[in-house]
Amino acid sequence: MREIVVLSGKGGTGKTIVVASLAALADNKVLCDCDVDAANLHLVLRPTVQETHEFWGPKVAVIDPEACTGCGLCLEACRFDAIDEFQVDPLACEGCGFCLHVCPEEAVTMVDTLAGHWYVSDTRYGPLVHARLGAGQENSGKLVTAVRQKARSIAKDEGAAYILSDGPPGIGCPVISSLSGAELALIVTEPSLSAIHDLERVLAVCRHFGVRALVCINKYDLDEGNSRHIEDYCRQAGIDVGAKIPFDTVVSDAIAQGVPVVEFGDGLVSQRMEELWRVVAARW
Amino acid sequence: MILAVASGKGGTGKTLVATSLALSLEGQGSVQLLDCDVEEPNAHVLLRPTITSSRPVLVPVPRVDKEKCTYCRVCSEACPYNAIAVMGKNVLVFPELCHGCGVCSYVCPEKAISEEGREIGVVEEGRAGEVRFVHGRLAIGEAMAPPVIRAVKQRADRSSTVIIDVPPGNSCPVVEAVKGSDFCLLVTEPTPFGLHDLALAVELATKLNVPCGVVINRDGSGDQEVERYCAQQHVPVLLKIPLDRRIAELYCRGQTLVAGMPTWRKPFRDLLESVQRLAVAGR
Repeated sequence: MREIVVLSGKGGTGKTIVVASLAALADNKVLCDCDVDAANLHLVLRPTVQETHEFWGPKVAVIDPEACTGCGLCLEACRFDAIDEFQVDPLACEGCGFCLHVCPEEAVTMVDTLAGHWYVSDTRYGPLVHARLGAGQENSGKLVTAVRQKARSIAKDEGAAYILSDGPPGIGCPVISSLSGAELALIVTEPSLSAIHDLERVLAVCRHFGVRALVCINKYDLDEGNSRHIEDYCRQAGIDVGAKIPFDTVVSDAIAQGVPVVEFGDGLVSQRMEELWRVVAARW
Repeated sequence: MILAVASGKGGTGKTLVATSLALSLEGQGSVQLLDCDVEEPNAHVLLRPTITSSRPVLVPVPRVDKEKCTYCRVCSEACPYNAIAVMGKNVLVFPELCHGCGVCSYVCPEKAISEEGREIGVVEEGRAGEVRFVHGRLAIGEAMAPPVIRAVKQRADRSSTVIIDVPPGNSCPVVEAVKGSDFCLLVTEPTPFGLHDLALAVELATKLNVPCGVVINRDGSGDQEVERYCAQQHVPVLLKIPLDRRIAELYCRGQTLVAGMPTWRKPFRDLLESVQRLAVAGR
């Protein structure tokens, strides 16, 4: 079983569109949405939820106003500015418990927070494991880990050949949780100077964690000079460019209809998605 | 005034809006742009500031004095992040898991734990024309963006108009970047993806008690659902930027909208006026 995670560094380059197309093209796979902050894959794959699980995040502190004498020791101790007028802001609290340790009145308790849910669903393209993190919650990395573990166990039980994961943008906590231990990072970029800057950083993260990378240039014809620059950069870094996908409004039309673009039309965008999957399947 | 420019979904045009807002104020008073997308900062790609100072961002991590340590495990039991572990006669510290809260050194009965700074990124400052510029960069392989975001926000000068470029998503880095702002502009696109993530972002802004308004980018593509949602939720739509290949091409070359198409200066100035009015009304 091989785990392929789709990343980008910069948001909005087309990760989800690529994953949805590969979902329609690949046989025998489990799908996984690791972008638990702002999951979108379900909007295209339209799953039927089979299982719902609670995700409990880190504990947060609560101060009992009856027991509190207002001595201020907790205010001094907290390094996250989470206590204001002897009330804890649950969005700022990182659950360290320093306030609990310093309170002479034992007025602080640590309570569990329901930080989100994760789901196992059926789609036309196979099982999908996905999640929804509550607004402003911490620990999206841990929720990503929970989602990946479930996808792996389903893939093992079903003897799946692939896990296809839609990753989050950026290079921090949830990206590291999505990437570590995967076989391949498929990086979707676009020919903007911003996306190139972000591509270089996300490729450095792949190198740091020892995960091989393959690049796909989306909307490559918006700036062919920048696209050539990306190809040169990848060649020098020893990274293959798997496909170049043109800019086409057929992509947003497909999203609006809630279907993968490869099932929406047979134009150049679909042909290049098929080419991308051939490159991936031939090598991984 | 502090104005956060956020979106939920990535790639909707936050940086395009934040940089053009900052430039539209040229000659109209002091403006500062803070790029808080420290995982993938991009505002400097468009504004090309001259960087004049660079400071490391340090998080405190424990250092254990082996002479004093009795391996009693009080520290490892107190740490909620599993960042310190006692294995026989050995104390292991996992710096990348440490939040720097200071609990371990406080609870140690032997006073065997001190703290040392570990660099997880940098904050750079400079100037792009009249715009005072600050951004943070999280180091490669580091997980925790919030301390770097906090360090960027500490540079905010409340006496000027402060524009914050917020990271994508909906979790702790966004909370860190948006909280304390006077207003939050949410940049979206008129697609099911844009709408889904806009609704999450509105929920978060409401939770943070920050009034918000919407900018619809790539207007004319997709459908009408975003506008229907905004009308239902009474979230004002303050600006629409059309789907225009020329705008996308400008962005590809790293040019701001107001520099590449100066007719946009006025709509951005008007946007800022609307925001200022709404921020005062929302107080």
